[in-house]
Amino acid sequence: PHRTCCRTPPGATPAMNCRAEVLEVSVEGRQVEEAMLAVLHTVLLHRSTGKFHYKKEGTYSIGTVGTQDVDCDFIDFAYVRVSSEELDRALRKAVGEFKDALRNSGSDGMGQISLEFYQKKKSRWPFSDECIPWELWTIKVNVVNLANEQERQICREKVGEKLCEKIINIVEVMNRHEYLPKMPTQSEVDNVFDTSLKDVQPYLYKISYQITDSLGTSVTTTMRRLIKDTLAL
Amino acid sequence: MDTDLSSQDRKDLDKFIKFFALKTVQVIVQARLGEKICTRSSSSPTGSDWFNLAIKDIPEVTHEAKKALAGQLPAVGRSMCVEISLKTSEGDSMELEIWCLEMNEKCDKEIKVSYTVYNRLSLLLKSLLAITRVTPAYRLSRKQGHEYVILYRIYFGEVQLSGLGEGFQTVRVGTVGTPVGTITLSCAYRINLAFMSTRAGEDNGAVYPSVEDSQEVCTTSFSTSPPSQLSSSRLSYQPAALGVGSADMGFPVLFAGGLNAAHPHQLIGPGKEGGVPPIPSQPAHGTQADQERMCTPLDGVHYSAATPSSSEDTETVSNSSEGKCGSPHDLLETIFIRKVGAFVNKPINQVTMANLDIPFAMFAPKNVELEDNDPMVNPPDSPETESPLQGSLHSEGSSGSSTGNTHDDFVMIDFKPAFSKDDILPMDLGTFYREFQNPPQLSSLSIDIGAQSMAEDLDSLPEKLAVHEKNVKEFDAFVETLQ
Repeated sequence: PHRTCCRTPPGATPAMNCRAEVLEVSVEGRQVEEAMLAVLHTVLLHRSTGKFHYKKEGTYSIGTVGTQDVDCDFIDFAYVRVSSEELDRALRKAVGEFKDALRNSGSDGMGQISLEFYQKKKSRWPFSDECIPWELWTIKVNVVNLANEQERQICREKVGEKLCEKIINIVEVMNRHEYLPKMPTQSEVDNVFDTSLKDVQPYLYKISYQITDSLGTSVTTTMRRLIKDTLAL
Repeated sequence: MDTDLSSQDRKDLDKFIKFFALKTVQVIVQARLGEKICTRSSSSPTGSDWFNLAIKDIPEVTHEAKKALAGQLPAVGRSMCVEISLKTSEGDSMELEIWCLEMNEKCDKEIKVSYTVYNRLSLLLKSLLAITRVTPAYRLSRKQGHEYVILYRIYFGEVQLSGLGEGFQTVRVGTVGTPVGTITLSCAYRINLAFMSTRAGEDNGAVYPSVEDSQEVCTTSFSTSPPSQLSSSRLSYQPAALGVGSADMGFPVLFAGGLNAAHPHQLIGPGKEGGVPPIPSQPAHGTQADQERMCTPLDGVHYSAATPSSSEDTETVSNSSEGKCGSPHDLLETIFIRKVGAFVNKPINQVTMANLDIPFAMFAPKNVELEDNDPMVNPPDSPETESPLQGSLHSEGSSGSSTGNTHDDFVMIDFKPAFSKDDILPMDLGTFYREFQNPPQLSSLSIDIGAQSMAEDLDSLPEKLAVHEKNVKEFDAFVETLQ
């Protein structure tokens, strides 16, 4: 994702004027990556345009976005993503980190991954640019452990059905035609879009994640508690 | 009516709606070909990609769509519908989905045609790409081939949902408001796949290529439309065979003058890809006549049609249209048909899964009532023996064994060749394999024992510390040797 140094505007919570959607899924460990990619790619399909080419007098033309089908290996499911290897790599990297963090947290894997779309607002020196989020997608993940092949087969199908529902939910939100940043002028385009990719142009986005343990607290708190308890001989 | 809309805007809007309709059909049909679709992104606009999306145009599909539209545009009371159906190799057929592109009266006068409407139509096409992979027919279409094929039919006019069976579900893809009405795109899909027999559930393996040279015209019994509206079961790329009469050419011509710089040419002549057809002298009459017909009111329900024969449709629709997307895929379960062999004495209701005449019946999903015997549901007590293997052999049998097996440490297993069956004794090999697949958890890994040993460790710490302190000199000497 586009690396930026942004600060939240003073006095503003991230939720101000920011549309927030939450999706929840329960998956088996090996399904985490595909399920996350399916959801993130579906959102980004709707939030990416072709590359802008500005011409004189402030007009611009837009490149073409290709799409491709992706079949999942561990889920009975298929989804459509934007044909951009760069974008796919970026998402896979983020999802891979999330999956590893989930795995390292212990057997009761629970966490959430967030995709936030934001706009940059230039500030004067000495202040750094502000990042103003306008849409936030959060996917809460609960990792389940299954005992045998039979349960795994059922899980493949069930998770596939659940993801179908999620796709329908996402499309429903997209169809509301709520706030979208204004189409920018050439000088402003980097404040609205990620122009670093060579074939498509998604809105500026960032991906972050959080891991929680089964008690709902963060992992570091739990580790601290464990060590304290162990040393209290 | 639309006095606020400039003529240029009006022309643009009609053009957008027309090409949106054509692209919608392409996306739907391509999603049911049974193949994975892949198109490339291009950063430099070529100008021939409508809505900034790379969607291929299959000429035959465009031809069928234009034939159905016959120069008109979707309007109030006149919807463009793409019907997806399934036909088995034995000739049974069934409607699976109806995709509807409709227009209602709700106008948005303020919206900017060339910009906002266009971008929203582009977004709607993306949503359509996503939703077409999510309905049950997608998975069916990926498996089409020898057992069944997926057909499409395009018609224009009133939506006919009666072929979808009872309790069909609907999913809305999206809406776009325009100054002349609101465009709505939705799908009604069947969930009652009752007539599907075992054939439909089987995995066909290789995906059958859906492009062939021969073109079959289906005169199927399910359709009440004239045969000319039916499309072939295989999509074929036949550049030359399509009609080249002026009636076909007339339709695209209307928009020849309204092109702006961003989209130099969008005309798709039949039989040509990307070429610009010659311009006949008279403009298409379709759109003019269309405007006069746009006054038909549409009542509030999504799919209601004006004719009395579809009154029951209206009822079903109002029940179904609020329905959420449940589990569309429940219906793809295979149904095993029990065959009882000749000369079998056993009454049918005593036939268990193990006696079904299917190979490897032992590995078929267990019946629910046998869960009590499942070692994973009620794990056996930690066995006294060391080896977990032996532990699993000692545990009570699972679904396959009708007699209790008392084994010693190791079992002599009679080798039974595959497909051999013995109604009296269970298949030991099968039982063994199933149990071995589900070994109980290692006792050293279970939490109780872990906690126990930790407590023990902690208790013994002071003693251990004392011992180590005594031997401190030895340890120091050892450390010296290491340095």
